[in-house]
Amino acid sequence: MSARTQVFLWIGQRASAAVLALCVLVHLCTIVYAVRGGLSAAEILARTQGNVAWLAFYTVFVFAVAVHVPIGLRAILSEWVGWRDGSRDLALWVFGAVLAVMGIRAVFGVFG
Amino acid sequence: MKNDHRARNHPAYWAFLVHRISGLALAVFLPVHFWALGQALQGAARLESFLRWTDAPLFKFAEWGLVLLLAAHLTGGLRLLALEFLPWRDWQKSLAAAAAGLALVAGLAFALAL
Amino acid sequence: MTTLKVRIWRGTESGDFQDFEVPREESQTVLDVVTYVQRHLDPSLAYRFACRVGMCGSCAMTVNGQSRWTCRTHVSKVAEDGRLEIAPLHNLPVIRDLVTDMSEFFDKWAKAHGQFTGTRTRYEDFESISPASAERQQVDAAIECIGCGVCYSACDVVSWNPDYAGPAALNRAWTLVNDVRDAATLERLRAVAGDAGAHACHTHMSCTDRCPKQISPTAGIAGLKRAIAKAALKGEL
Repeated sequence: MSARTQVFLWIGQRASAAVLALCVLVHLCTIVYAVRGGLSAAEILARTQGNVAWLAFYTVFVFAVAVHVPIGLRAILSEWVGWRDGSRDLALWVFGAVLAVMGIRAVFGVFG
Repeated sequence: MKNDHRARNHPAYWAFLVHRISGLALAVFLPVHFWALGQALQGAARLESFLRWTDAPLFKFAEWGLVLLLAAHLTGGLRLLALEFLPWRDWQKSLAAAAAGLALVAGLAFALAL
Repeated sequence: MTTLKVRIWRGTESGDFQDFEVPREESQTVLDVVTYVQRHLDPSLAYRFACRVGMCGSCAMTVNGQSRWTCRTHVSKVAEDGRLEIAPLHNLPVIRDLVTDMSEFFDKWAKAHGQFTGTRTRYEDFESISPASAERQQVDAAIECIGCGVCYSACDVVSWNPDYAGPAALNRAWTLVNDVRDAATLERLRAVAGDAGAHACHTHMSCTDRCPKQISPTAGIAGLKRAIAKAALKGEL
């Protein structure tokens, strides 16, 4: 992987971090508000299903996560586990794809 | 020869450790989180049966722990964005303390809401 | 306490600490302690020093696990219950006892394009640089580095990532990136970009914490990250 690509990984991580900062702030406030007095599935789904605005919001959230997490793990794998070759980056691509797929499935489950 | 804890005992290093470990924990947690929510696809009953697990006090504690980790990773991340993108100033040294403080506030808010 | 119990590293990468008892003096520095051991207790102890007044950086070692200049470290500040542990700088091959091989430190400096590339000749007039200019202030904050290796020794990313350029090399690159007379900016940015360059810095700030000249390599590295990102987004990298 060229240094130039590594630079774009860094840019992607910081950009997704900025997006996530907003998403997480909204998510934390929403969860703290929603959790008051306990959660039940019916209660959650009654509020969320069919809500396109939240669906769009969480879709953006999932994609930002799918970019941010693998790049973060990349440094940990090379520095603390000593995994530095091409197979590491392949594994991370796969993990990112898994996160995206599972995330979108969850988004449609809750907001679809 | 390598550094040991005696060389790592300063605030910016603790901030790094909190940030990295919280990130790692969240990376492990997220697939589980997405799986659990995906259960809703099979209808409310499926999600509800899962959510009954979540009534247990140990689970509540774990939830609070995750909120704290998320808040810590967020505030630590904002600190890093400030360090990397803003011109260097002396007050940036206090950012680690500010980040820790804000994370604790978020954790407290969640605990009180439960 | 009238004596100090001192453990000093003997050998190479493999070796062990040897115990000595050294008389305590007023205003004693750790360099004084090492010198006493070599002159009176064990002449085979190998160590480096030169100026002994905090100007050359040759006496850099680790004292109780922290990288520092031994000539500028008062025993009274670091000897917890009259004990001291003295070892060579970290992250560098040990030649013998307290002496390390600094070749890789300077090789990385060169690889980071840490040398000035000018355009004017002796026949042209001097370039006028205002000391108050924003760029020159960035340079001035980082230019006093004497290449002592303390930051390199203190950095965990250097330990974890063998190719990492390290704080000193990147700090020097930063001073040159801000030197408006220098013509090799893009080459230099390319040299310090990526996994082995500025992007491997995780802002531990151990370098800034330990630097005896109060330089903040972390600040310079953050500046390099910004400069490299700009160049990459403009398609110049």
